[in-house]
Amino acid sequence: MSRDWPLWEVFVRSRRGLSHVHVGSLHAPDAEMALRNARDLYTRRQEGVSLWVVPASAIAASSPDEKDSFFDPAADKVYRHPTFYDVPEGVDHL
Amino acid sequence: MMQCSVTDSVTVEDVYGNDFTAPDQPAQPTRPAASDEPASFRDVLAADGRIEPRDEMPEGYRRTLIRQIAQHAHSEIIGMQPEGNWISRAPSLRRKAILMAKVQDEAGHGLYLYAAAETLGVDRADLLDQLHSGRQKYSSIFNYPTLTWADVGAIGWLVDGAAIVNQVPLCRCSYGPYGRAMVRVCKEESFHQRQGFEILHTLAKGTDAQRAMAQDAVDRYWWPSLMMFGPPDDDSPNSAQSMAWGIKRHSNDDLRQRFVDMTVPQSEALGLSLPDPEIAWNSDRGHYDFGEVDFTELFEVIRGNGPCNAERMAHRVRAHEDGAWVREAATAYADKRSRQARPPKAEEGAA
Repeated sequence: MSRDWPLWEVFVRSRRGLSHVHVGSLHAPDAEMALRNARDLYTRRQEGVSLWVVPASAIAASSPDEKDSFFDPAADKVYRHPTFYDVPEGVDHL
Repeated sequence: MMQCSVTDSVTVEDVYGNDFTAPDQPAQPTRPAASDEPASFRDVLAADGRIEPRDEMPEGYRRTLIRQIAQHAHSEIIGMQPEGNWISRAPSLRRKAILMAKVQDEAGHGLYLYAAAETLGVDRADLLDQLHSGRQKYSSIFNYPTLTWADVGAIGWLVDGAAIVNQVPLCRCSYGPYGRAMVRVCKEESFHQRQGFEILHTLAKGTDAQRAMAQDAVDRYWWPSLMMFGPPDDDSPNSAQSMAWGIKRHSNDDLRQRFVDMTVPQSEALGLSLPDPEIAWNSDRGHYDFGEVDFTELFEVIRGNGPCNAERMAHRVRAHEDGAWVREAATAYADKRSRQARPPKAEEGAA
């Protein structure tokens, strides 16, 4: 184990109506201290109205090595986009 | 504990995101041949894209970034000392509040950068060990003393000004986490530079003694600030590789020129002179000419022979050791709480 406190990933909601966005990480002994440290580290200039801290070890991520095979299934389904369809001249609001 | 003055360690200077050595020091581990670079890595760089932590990258790229980001982080936290020295003696409550906020920002910048370095697979605790044992360096600018209150102004105006010129291009660094940390840092630096300018402007408009104090601070900090950009391009072996990798975007000399061009008119607004008789506008080049920087001084400071090298390191190590009980107590408390923890309550829809 690291000699440091565990690593936490920090997410900030910058204002009401927006989702939390990842801003960085920090070390803290527990969730409560992680929140307080995140407040001091990432919101010194009113950058947020809400914070999440998540143990970095709890995040499962897709692998960049599988990028192609993992995301390819979406590549040949252009019919998922509205621009795929022919709309006759003069038809509005479609 | 006086490891700071050893001269046999690898002596690479990181100046707020620059990367160079003293000429007689071992060069840093260099790149493997370009052919060792994974195709995916080359493709991303060719498209001016960003490399992210779990992407394939050449070992040399990873090592260069770890060293540069770590030493940048070290510079930020050591940089708290020269100004921290004046918090208790700031001339007004307003100045004191500003200075505390600035020094707190430097701590924050260090933490953003340690976090960015850790995405490359190193531990912050190990990076701090390397700082404390002298194996990694910090910017030599912080080995100069802050003798008067005006020095706090000169540091904000000149040192942070030079740092901004160095750091703005790093926002576009090819390594995503470093670039993102620098965006945050740069946003915060502009207040640092302005508060320094304001201190000097106030002193320059004050009594004769205050004016002299401001001029003396500028006289002492001008050349070390120019040194922050590193050796001339011809003499900067790491630069070419860093530019090819998209870590560095402009040469040392280009950045130094940019800083001089920005700063000379500001000095005129302050009514303070810069200690270089060769400064003159060159209309052919469209830039200010300036005198030659004495890099022997820079390399002496990098080797550990600057005025405050030993003091800065001793203070840093002492602060770390004196804080050990706090870290241990917090860990013990967290352990106790997790042992006592009851089953967690149902989530209440965090999103």
